[in-house]
Amino acid sequence: MKSVQYKYRPEYLTISEPNKYKAENLQSEEMILNLGPQHPSTHGVLRLEVVTDGEIVVDVIPHLGYLHRCFEKHAQSLPFNQTIPYVDRMDYLGAMNSEHAWVMGIEKMLGIDKEIPKRVEYIRVLVAELNRIASHFIAIGTYALDIGAYTPFLWLFRDREHIMRLLEWTTGARMLYNYIWVGGLFYDLPVGFEERCQSLIEYLKPKLVELQQLVIENHIFINRTANVAVLPLPVAINYGCTGPVLRGSGLRWDLRKVDGYSVYPEIDFDIPIGKGEAGKVGDCWDRNNVRVLECFESIRIIEQCLEKLNKEHKRTKEFDPQAVVPKKIRPPKMDFYTRAESTKGELGFFFRTDGRSDVPVRVKARACSFNNLSVLPEIARGGMIADLIAAIGSIDIVMGEVDR
Amino acid sequence: MQLTNRAKKTDKSELSLFERSYLPSLATGLGITIRHFFMKKPTIQYPEQKRYLGPVFRGHHILKRDEEGRERCTACGLCAVACPAEAISMVAQERKKGEEHLYREEKYAAVYEINMLRCIFCGLCEEACPKQAVYLRHDKFVPVFTEREDVIFGKDKLVEDPNNRYRRDAWTKEDAMKLWKND
Ligand code: SF4
Ligand code: SF4
Repeated sequence: MKSVQYKYRPEYLTISEPNKYKAENLQSEEMILNLGPQHPSTHGVLRLEVVTDGEIVVDVIPHLGYLHRCFEKHAQSLPFNQTIPYVDRMDYLGAMNSEHAWVMGIEKMLGIDKEIPKRVEYIRVLVAELNRIASHFIAIGTYALDIGAYTPFLWLFRDREHIMRLLEWTTGARMLYNYIWVGGLFYDLPVGFEERCQSLIEYLKPKLVELQQLVIENHIFINRTANVAVLPLPVAINYGCTGPVLRGSGLRWDLRKVDGYSVYPEIDFDIPIGKGEAGKVGDCWDRNNVRVLECFESIRIIEQCLEKLNKEHKRTKEFDPQAVVPKKIRPPKMDFYTRAESTKGELGFFFRTDGRSDVPVRVKARACSFNNLSVLPEIARGGMIADLIAAIGSIDIVMGEVDR
Repeated sequence: MQLTNRAKKTDKSELSLFERSYLPSLATGLGITIRHFFMKKPTIQYPEQKRYLGPVFRGHHILKRDEEGRERCTACGLCAVACPAEAISMVAQERKKGEEHLYREEKYAAVYEINMLRCIFCGLCEEACPKQAVYLRHDKFVPVFTEREDVIFGKDKLVEDPNNRYRRDAWTKEDAMKLWKND
């Protein structure tokens, strides 16, 4: 077989169409790249339509709805207490916080929020903060995985597993607890919980320091995330960002302090904010640093709750966690908005009730992940494609909550 | 840059000849690896080894019998009303003469079905039942099914075996802590 000799000669190109390949006639156009919905770094089923110019991201258009499960319609056709298992399924990593928000709203509508025993409130805060640590562990672990570090992922899942087991022992399910009820709790804490939780805290404290050393102060991590996907504070406010995304941009806004719901006013804790220690204020590093620091604060809250539960609001034989659970949940006719600081930001529920039926006429969930995700085009524009991955991970979305 | 004073300083002095052979670092590294062989593993060998899940874990449903082995369920339908996933369905029947040793109440469920694809294991049926008949077992998961026909669990799978009564153990603190320690 004769081998074909091919020799590239630029002038061949110009023989048939002399002017086509002249430098001044050449054109370039943007390429559209589809990222997801099955891409592992999009944290669920998110599809991103990325307009690229070479390696540069020109625009990002998120496409949602792959995980839509009609939460609002469900909530409109079920009595309030039966929706609690579905509220769990919105933000499945921080289910306890979602339950707390939902239940608080209904208690305020019924006007029984002052009658809830203090012990119940402390238990609620305790389990919610435990869940917050677990959720932040996933956020940081998967983020490190996204940008190429495997060890933090495994270590954090190992540590999270201890929290999950504790909550499983307490509530009867691993992630979807259905534990916080309107007017109380499903069960009281199991006997021996306090000791177990104390030993867990002792275990977690050095692990958190280790996490700081392993991830946050790691030079590779800093070089990868500092000055990447910077979110200025005015943009964050305009897009309605909340939670660690907003606090990473440097605003001390935490509903636990601002609204002071439940027993948070009685508890002493700080709100960490991003200060731009590694790069600019509001970059990926700041957001993750805020999450780690929040874990320390959560541990402080848990310790104080445990102390209260051990000393003032002890477990007694007579204590019934369902003492004020109403037989019939029928709030008066009203429009009501309730909000709470979930693991990812402000989780709000809007209720419209007619006072005649047990089901709400309209429920709207203000999901924090949804608003946080909307800022993604803003922070990814102008960066590299690889930085887009770093940007998605740093805003910590849960698609179950975005699509509801 | 100095963020906290927790970061470890690395030694950047020049290596000696012995160090440059990398034998000490090799030995150190292998030592760490070998030490991990003998450490307690965070994982368990699942199907052979099982974890204690807690006294209130919500697993497989069970329809309890009373002390004399009679079925407790009276087919009142409260569990079906309380179920947010509409997973439970039943057909009620009057108890006939001579069946008193089988059913405790005058009415009983001739058919009691739970659709395990619909069920979300929330535990509200357990809470709603006035006769303490339906429970979610703490020691057993719902098995995997591969056929659509298998997902509806009837009374054959749900009613408690009279020879192998279901009990919830570990209600005392000592029991609970013992089981935790083994975990
Ligand atoms: S556990 Fe919940 S979803 Fe399952 S059958 Fe009982 S009430 Fe229905
Ligand atoms: S299991 Fe309980 S709630 Fe359900 S029908 Fe039987 S008695 Fe009624």
